[in-house]
Amino acid sequence: MRHVARKNRLAVAALAVIVLAVGGAVGAPWLPLADPDAVDTAKRLEGLGSAGHPLGTDEFGRDLLSRLVWGARVSLLAGVGTAAAAMLLGVSLGLLAGYYRGWLESLIMRLTDVLMAFPFILLAIAIVAGLGPGLRNAMVAIAIVGFPIYARLVRGVVLSVREREFVEAARALGSPDRRILARHVVPHLLSPVVVAFSLDVGAKILTTAGLSFLGLGTQPPTADWGSMLATGRQFVILSPHVVLLPGFAIFAMVLALNVVGDALRDLLDPRTRLA
Amino acid sequence: MGRFLARRLLHLGPVLLGVSVIVFMVLHLAPGDPAEIMLGANANREDLARLRSQLGLDQPLHVQYLTWIGHVVRGDLGRSIWMKRPVLGEVLERFKATLLLTGTALLLSTLGGITLGIASATRPGSLLDRCSAVASLFGASMPVFWLGIVLMVVFSLWLGWLPASGMYAPYGGGGLRDLLAHLVLPAVTLAAASVTIIARLTRATMLETLGQDYVRTARAKGVGERVVVWRHALKNALIPIVTWPGVGTLVVQGILARDVPLVRGGVLVIALSFVLVNLAVDALYAWLDPRIAYE
Repeated sequence: MRHVARKNRLAVAALAVIVLAVGGAVGAPWLPLADPDAVDTAKRLEGLGSAGHPLGTDEFGRDLLSRLVWGARVSLLAGVGTAAAAMLLGVSLGLLAGYYRGWLESLIMRLTDVLMAFPFILLAIAIVAGLGPGLRNAMVAIAIVGFPIYARLVRGVVLSVREREFVEAARALGSPDRRILARHVVPHLLSPVVVAFSLDVGAKILTTAGLSFLGLGTQPPTADWGSMLATGRQFVILSPHVVLLPGFAIFAMVLALNVVGDALRDLLDPRTRLA
Repeated sequence: MGRFLARRLLHLGPVLLGVSVIVFMVLHLAPGDPAEIMLGANANREDLARLRSQLGLDQPLHVQYLTWIGHVVRGDLGRSIWMKRPVLGEVLERFKATLLLTGTALLLSTLGGITLGIASATRPGSLLDRCSAVASLFGASMPVFWLGIVLMVVFSLWLGWLPASGMYAPYGGGGLRDLLAHLVLPAVTLAAASVTIIARLTRATMLETLGQDYVRTARAKGVGERVVVWRHALKNALIPIVTWPGVGTLVVQGILARDVPLVRGGVLVIALSFVLVNLAVDALYAWLDPRIAYE
């Protein structure tokens, strides 16, 4: 029991980090922050705690605290947006494949096989190569690359649910497919999909930051955690904080999401509670 | 075993076809004229026409694909627009560097991961076990490219122990010693990303064999753990180490230079090797554990 309580305290702390970050990201326009894009060449690469810039400035003299908070908007939105898009696409395709079977299932599952034959970051990069660098294109790429996991998960659950008696009964009573899916199948998907999603958001934040880091995502001057890291890299010798801060922001955010995701899995899946 | 391998080989066909179609279609994802996208808005007409005929863009799509795949099968990946050299030679040259780095990282993470996993499994709940659980959470949340920078700052800029980038020193470099010194930081960075995952999986597998069944749920997530290991061990190996002159770096440079043949070639070679490695791992697994072949 003590172990569970400690784990819960950790999850609450992680949740607090997430709420703080989301609050900052949403409220950025109303917070008393400097303009994130305001250049001040007289104050380049100032250190932590300098006057007017609590977290210092970057290579153009832009306020780092402000850029971190505004960057959170981009990074969080990208993480949640791509995970949600991948989930919607994957759940729909998984439902179709598992419920209707036949050639549709073969087609969808072969497609997921092919997509999973690529290392996912490579596939995302290839898609960005076609669409052109930029945040929106990077997000499209990551969503496409991310759906097979959901499709497989959902298909597996649907395959086992569709053979159960209550589905058979509903079918015998003449319920239309749409009703059977909505009333009897989808509720079974809820907890596995919620758990997968909560763990996926962190992974997606890492991937979008990675693409931005490579120059394929967010384009300057927009701040996002990955691109801040990339541009700061050149100044790492003189001003390590320019690189350490955005990296730490990504790390803390993803860590918090993973802790909450784990706690959610414990909560929704009693079998893992002992672990 | 023979039938299992035959089935897997048969399965390879559609996968390879799909991979090649996706790599081919990369050029056609964006709306508009690919030649114009590659050369930019200010390109003159002759250059555009030359590039179009060079890439066969004036042909229908399926003809373009068949022509392209025909060349690929014969080992011709086209010429790099940016480097003005055949893509295949360039990619293979870089592939050696990638293999060296990936192989070293894999060796480090497997050895470290299995050792750590066994040590944690033999004493669940011990200090070591709890530390390794925390480390695996950290490992899954850490941006690899950031870890690489942090290690570089500490070990090459502050302490001056190791070189920061490249494979050899630009002046007076060469030789095994120089190569190993350059290999340490990227290899450790990559290995750190997967060592904790391998450790957790080893621990889980060991505990399961010891008779505890809560691990089953982890498997019920739909992806076999073998896939997880290989994905995690390999996925990072491909790209974000931008200081290492491997294929991943080449592909990213190719994208930024809008060099489609180079990007296609690099992506194709990495994807092919990934598919083949997975096949080899499957075969190895079936050989080690005959039950898998009957699934």
